[in-house]
Amino acid sequence: MAVLVIAEHDNKTLHPSTLNVIAAASKVGDDISVLVAGASAADVADAAAKVAGVSKVLHADNAAYQYQLAENVAQVVVSLAKANGYSHILAPATTTGKNLLPRVAALLDIQQLSDVIAVESEDTFKRPIYAGNVIATVKSNDATKVLTVRATAFDPVASEGGSASIEAVAEVSEAGLSSFEKEELAKSDRPELTAARVVISGGRGMQNGENFEMLYTLADKLDAAVGASRAAVDAGFVPNDMQVGQTGKIVAPDLYIAVGISGAIQHLAGMKDSKVIVAINKDEDAPIFQVADYGLVADLFDVIPELNEKLA
Amino acid sequence: MKILVPIKRVVDYNVKVRPNGDGSNVDLANVKMSMNPFCEIAVEEAVRLKEAGKATEVIVVSIGPAKAQEQIRAAMAIGADRGILIETDESLEPLAIAKCLKNVVEKESPEMVILGKQSIDGDNNQTGQMLAALCNWGQGTFASEVVLADGKLSVTREIDGGLQTVQLALPAVVTTDLRLNEPRYAKLPDIMKAKKKPLETIALADLGVDTKPRTQLLGVTPPPERSGGVKVADVDALIDKLKNEAKVI
Repeated sequence: MAVLVIAEHDNKTLHPSTLNVIAAASKVGDDISVLVAGASAADVADAAAKVAGVSKVLHADNAAYQYQLAENVAQVVVSLAKANGYSHILAPATTTGKNLLPRVAALLDIQQLSDVIAVESEDTFKRPIYAGNVIATVKSNDATKVLTVRATAFDPVASEGGSASIEAVAEVSEAGLSSFEKEELAKSDRPELTAARVVISGGRGMQNGENFEMLYTLADKLDAAVGASRAAVDAGFVPNDMQVGQTGKIVAPDLYIAVGISGAIQHLAGMKDSKVIVAINKDEDAPIFQVADYGLVADLFDVIPELNEKLA
Repeated sequence: MKILVPIKRVVDYNVKVRPNGDGSNVDLANVKMSMNPFCEIAVEEAVRLKEAGKATEVIVVSIGPAKAQEQIRAAMAIGADRGILIETDESLEPLAIAKCLKNVVEKESPEMVILGKQSIDGDNNQTGQMLAALCNWGQGTFASEVVLADGKLSVTREIDGGLQTVQLALPAVVTTDLRLNEPRYAKLPDIMKAKKKPLETIALADLGVDTKPRTQLLGVTPPPERSGGVKVADVDALIDKLKNEAKVI
């Protein structure tokens, strides 16, 4: 079975979620090609060629792909799919993958499966629905299976050890429907939220953006990423790319510390697969305690400074 | 310009659904239904564009059972001018929905279609992108800001690392993220007025669109339960548990 994986990258480095998707791809086929569509992204193509289990890297290098505009990239994927007859096309369920893949699927007249968390067989997959309150087992009857994959549900393959060939994709597709205007990326030295081993999230209980400093201090001690509930984002405490939940990022770290977060269904959808969950909340009836392995009923403004002090 | 806003009737976002007795599907008997929250944001944005003089007409369309009329009326109470219900008791997949919507787009010729980024039942996040593909239009997904000027559309998108702004040629498809706006509550007089607005009903079969399902739901299960946790007395106990019992720090 020939499988195509669409690499997530920023033209410089291969995003780790790609490794999780390749792990999912290896469950359906052993002839795995990775598409790197970007601008001056040779380093990414080289990195993809080294990934264990990859047999071929397809490198589409053109200014039209620099910002991953779905209108342009979708056409490349569609022509590759038509030329090579892949059995499966996979992308990570990141904002880039979610933006691109349904466009590809519709152009190929295929019903995509989103956010796949398990591969049962080559045509049957599991995916969460209703904010993760139900897991559906779905069989695809389309000739090609088009899937976005929830990275946290698959252990990544090794980033070294492979020696795939790199093949340039000559076709350039500039759909002329969209153009890049600007980008405002949040800067952070901490590990990325979806890849961090420890995540500390603050909610409405943090009261304001300045108080998040306490969490950043704690995060630096634990080499953790800092997340937030929708309430904290909506209140303007922190930027939206920190949001964990059904409509934000899905994380599954070893340790998730929820601080001042009540634990609404939509938030739990983004973190309840974490290995160990700690809740710090002064309301002992908060729903977060129902999923927390360790709960501390106390004022976060006492607890966090104390933790900062005691975790030298 | 005309704006088309597809909306969906879904389980209310506060309801925690469960699998039915035989695990064949979710149990939706007697649960509260509402307009999908992202769709409400889409309706609000379209109405704001109309109020700002940038749009002339806002048409809402829903594909679903006769009862989806309630959600269309709710959208009209927010300010949509008229409604279209494509009536069916089947639950369609995003690709089929996108094909039906393309059919409506061809009839109504809107210059913009605004939809929610995902429905909170299927959590697919596909329909807008698929519609854009089928129409060969540009797409501005996960929008947190929409600016319409000089016949061009500037859409600020919520992406994983922050925000990205793209410019789209019209006509285009926009899908809404949570922070695009805060939908208004309909006032009683507006709810009364909405009852008089035109609502056209079309049977799904009359559209002549192939909506045959491509996927098969084999069953549903509840997610694995987390084992009950413990409450610790103080910070020292917490650190001790994390270090020695869970061994995560």
